[in-house]
Amino acid sequence: MSTILKTAAIAGAFATALAAHATSASADEMAQEKCFGVSLAGENDCAAGPGTTCAGTSKVDYQGNAWTLVDAGKCAMIELPAMADGTARMGSLEPLERDLPMDS
Amino acid sequence: MNPRPSPVAQATFREALLRPDAAVPEGLGDGHGGPAGRRFAVYRNNVAVGLTDAVLEGFPTLRALLGEEALRAIAAPFLRAHPPSSPLMFRYGAALPAFLDDFAPLAHLEYLPDVARLDLALRAAYHAADATPLDPARLSELPPEALAGARLTLAPALRLLRSPWPLYQIWQLAHHDGPPPQARAEDLLIARPAFDPQVYLLPPGGAVFLQALARGAPTAEAAEAASAETPTPDLSAILGLLLQGGALTDMELPR
Repeated sequence: MSTILKTAAIAGAFATALAAHATSASADEMAQEKCFGVSLAGENDCAAGPGTTCAGTSKVDYQGNAWTLVDAGKCAMIELPAMADGTARMGSLEPLERDLPMDS
Repeated sequence: MNPRPSPVAQATFREALLRPDAAVPEGLGDGHGGPAGRRFAVYRNNVAVGLTDAVLEGFPTLRALLGEEALRAIAAPFLRAHPPSSPLMFRYGAALPAFLDDFAPLAHLEYLPDVARLDLALRAAYHAADATPLDPARLSELPPEALAGARLTLAPALRLLRSPWPLYQIWQLAHHDGPPPQARAEDLLIARPAFDPQVYLLPPGGAVFLQALARGAPTAEAAEAASAETPTPDLSAILGLLLQGGALTDMELPR
């Protein structure tokens, strides 16, 4: 691509992006104002991570064979072929015989 | 007066703390001249519970994908192999992606380490420094040559993740009940337009474009790098995401 064409392509890309941004910006501002200072509910309620709330610590460190209980997760809905060897792999979780550190 | 218990070496204390089946270290006292006994076990349990909670809270996408009990079962060996190296708990778990790489029971879920990387990146973006986004008007008033030569400054909260897995679709499924992911590689942009980090799917060439900007290349050079990876990168879509995410904070113009 020649320099002039490239410059035109970049300027065009900026123009398109800026125009689209200007159109959506007013809607965004309204949404932000509504949630000012407050984390959006749902997916981001843990955004700050651990250590930022005061969770109680009087629970028992349960370490049984949890693999029988994984139905709660969504991994079972994911089926992805392996990349390297082409073997099909299921994303489903199955309870596995394994050594877990057991609570004393 | 009872004799003072002999001091316990920190290494002994630490080892016993991280091994649930280890005996209470000899010489630990209860402060009244007696052995510590169960008090140590209570403390040991609280350490494990606290770090397990930190993993559960710090990796919400892993939690959604695996379920709470499975993530607890990962946290149990993880917290013992990688106890915190900093008292700042919001940073805990940096070693989890590498730990999952070698975690045999879930080796068939090869994308899990990247999911953990995404959760870490979101958390890092949340705690990154504030930065005022670049006023779009400054860009729109520039002539084409200046735009092509401009070096754009990226926001501190910006994170880039390149995954060989459909990481964006997996993230969508975890938090929004999306459709089952289709196999493909996906590049993610994490930006923080307001208070919370947002995840954006980058179009082809977007990651290379961003990497070039990050090392200080002018936009024309970054666009060239993107074209080298994909024939016709959608530059306006990439720039649009950067504007939308408040990911550009400044620019330096050619003299």
